[in-house]
Amino acid sequence: MTRSIKLVGVGGQGTILAAKVLCDALINAGYDVKMSEIHGMSQRGGSVSSEIRFGDEVYSPVIEKGKADVLIAFELMEAERALDYLSKDGLLIVNNHKINSMVTLNGKVPYPEGIVEDLKSKVNTVVVNASDEAIALGNAKVMNIMMLGALVNADDLHTLDIEQSIENTVKEKFISLNKQAFQKGKEL
Amino acid sequence: MKKLLTGNEAIARGAYEAGVHFASAYPGTPSTEILENIGTYKEIIAEWAPNEKVALETVIGASIAGGRALAAMKHVGVNVAADPLFTFAYTGVNGGAVLISADEPGMHSSQNEQDNRNYAKFAKIPMLEPSTSQEAKDMVIAAFELSERFDTIVMIRLTTRVCHSKSMVSLNERKKVTPKVYEKDFNKYVAVPAIGRQLRHKVEERLTKLKAYTNDSDLNYSVNNSKQEGVIVSGMAYQFAREALGDTVDYLKLGFTHPLPKDTIDTFCQSHDKVYIIEENDPYIEEFAKQLGHHVVGKDIFPYSGELTPDVIRRAVLSENIENLEVNKDKIVNRPPTFCSGCPHRGFFYELGKKRRKIIVAGDIGCYSLAVGQPYDMMDWLICMGAAYSTGHGAQTITDLKPDDDRRLVSVMGDSTFFHTGINSLLNTVYNGGKTINIILDNRITGMTGQQDNPGSGYKLQGETAQIGDIEAICKALGIKHVRKINPNDLKEVKATINWALELDEMSVIITNWPCVLKKRYKEEDFETYKDMWQTQDMVMQDTCTGCKACLRSGCPSLVFDKEKGKMSIDRTTCVGCDVCLQICPYDAIVKAGDAA
Repeated sequence: MTRSIKLVGVGGQGTILAAKVLCDALINAGYDVKMSEIHGMSQRGGSVSSEIRFGDEVYSPVIEKGKADVLIAFELMEAERALDYLSKDGLLIVNNHKINSMVTLNGKVPYPEGIVEDLKSKVNTVVVNASDEAIALGNAKVMNIMMLGALVNADDLHTLDIEQSIENTVKEKFISLNKQAFQKGKEL
Repeated sequence: MKKLLTGNEAIARGAYEAGVHFASAYPGTPSTEILENIGTYKEIIAEWAPNEKVALETVIGASIAGGRALAAMKHVGVNVAADPLFTFAYTGVNGGAVLISADEPGMHSSQNEQDNRNYAKFAKIPMLEPSTSQEAKDMVIAAFELSERFDTIVMIRLTTRVCHSKSMVSLNERKKVTPKVYEKDFNKYVAVPAIGRQLRHKVEERLTKLKAYTNDSDLNYSVNNSKQEGVIVSGMAYQFAREALGDTVDYLKLGFTHPLPKDTIDTFCQSHDKVYIIEENDPYIEEFAKQLGHHVVGKDIFPYSGELTPDVIRRAVLSENIENLEVNKDKIVNRPPTFCSGCPHRGFFYELGKKRRKIIVAGDIGCYSLAVGQPYDMMDWLICMGAAYSTGHGAQTITDLKPDDDRRLVSVMGDSTFFHTGINSLLNTVYNGGKTINIILDNRITGMTGQQDNPGSGYKLQGETAQIGDIEAICKALGIKHVRKINPNDLKEVKATINWALELDEMSVIITNWPCVLKKRYKEEDFETYKDMWQTQDMVMQDTCTGCKACLRSGCPSLVFDKEKGKMSIDRTTCVGCDVCLQICPYDAIVKAGDAA
């Protein structure tokens, strides 16, 4: 059976690195893996997503709407935006963190309130304060790997050797910090 | 060894393993990373060309001289390269030659959705279509063998999802290929009419051989599930179809798609009660099958446009709809693409916007296409690379015929687009005595596709320094009398220069010269030319700010409005001190961070 995990966030939050680590761990666990991203205009601050599919033999690299088993959202509004990709029985893991868009910064429209409540009312939702915890660890950037900790904790992926994949993927001087972030994520 | 690679990385790996000597491209989504990755193999000479025609022509030269050579481009790039392609299809190759065309069903980052499989048929050349990264790599190697065996350039057609999705690829060693001997062969390579008439027959003979070969090619194969219904499919649509329909149908998976395998398709159609043709974009396979007299189901149920993702196939074939969780539109706000903080295009478009009623803006393709949106509203049309100057000239000619319309045409394009095909268009305006105002937004890099070097950036693809094409000198050499080079972050200078150009009754060129905020490599002298580049920050004096929001007309994402206080502030993590907002503020409330008393 093929399973689908979609990671969404805002450009610069490290969705691509998190997806890379996760893919590496899935490959090492013997799965066939496909991953998909859309590249295009090199702009900062836009919505970004990575799609991972794994199983015995994977065909489509793209996740259809309503078919993701897990949606990992690095940002609140991005969780809502991608919600139609998640299966009704799926799992949403969302980082309790807001990133303004240009239109909310400019004061043209407010950043929407009540997103967490809205998400919880619709689907099995795990809310984690990964951005706050990452800052407490000393580097806001490791939020992405912390979210992988939350993933293996909440889903049946605890057999994955994420720590090994952090070693395989992350720059040497950040390995130990990212491992701490991963462990912290498992506790959230 | 196996590795998870994108299709583009796999194409590059295939070029490496096939012993390719030379590769050239012009960047364009979704093809850009092909050459970037080829450039990482030092065994291959990889070059950015100023446009796709030049890229393919260098590859043709490399092939004639005996090397294995590859050109890569996005689908619309093949339009630019079509001229050399069609005649090279006549002459044939010496060393193997491969053209990669990266198509965009769904138009994620393109202006049209043209199906370049039609080019293979049109130019009468063989075409391969991979559906995974492994196939992409294998087909590059197969394409070079076919190229040399059948004496023809071979096209590989990718689509966005093949280019940008990752799947597992087995890696092998590089094949050692020595460049072939080149011997002058007038009757093969000199396509004057007398020879062209002979080559024309050669092309047809080759096509006949290829039509036989494609039936036996193992790139075309069937997946037998002993079903009465069958699907004929190529490219990424194969993966989508298998996802959607699983083992409920048989498949004829086509990888060698020009010429299409007549006998194979006949047999498959005859042995199934119902046959679907699943293909993105045009009914290319469908028309072929129908011509053979088969009753197949194709575009009558599948959309003619967009990607045929599994949900689309399910809906069409099985009338199956998946119920989605509903997105609450009140809980989301768009994140519109915009000029980056510090983008050198901002100041120019802010000032040009004040002339909106007096001008018509002919646009072009690059980051400055974003000026089409608010708050700039600075584009009347966008057609293709390099078209701003020429469409502007044509439009000015007609506008001038109207006694009640005195608007001026302002044509805008960037440095990379200028080098691409803008030079030709500008020369046309000079030659024909036009009077357009022509802007070159020179940010010293190819920005939109992600920081590729170009003839003005000072660097080559594989890292060596390069001669810098002097845009100002080029314009003067073309014979343009009125050329000014300005700093786009200096609003007074921008305004004065726009006024200067509007008052002239002759054509002019304004070069706005400041590096892209994302440009990675600089030469020593750049730091003198672009003083304090990105080294400062601006801030809002809270006591002085009236909350009038005039600064927001710059469209800068670093500007933050605090509703409670009714005042602006500037995000210190993104501001790079371009000073555009500082100059706009009517109350002098914005200052250099270091100057704040």
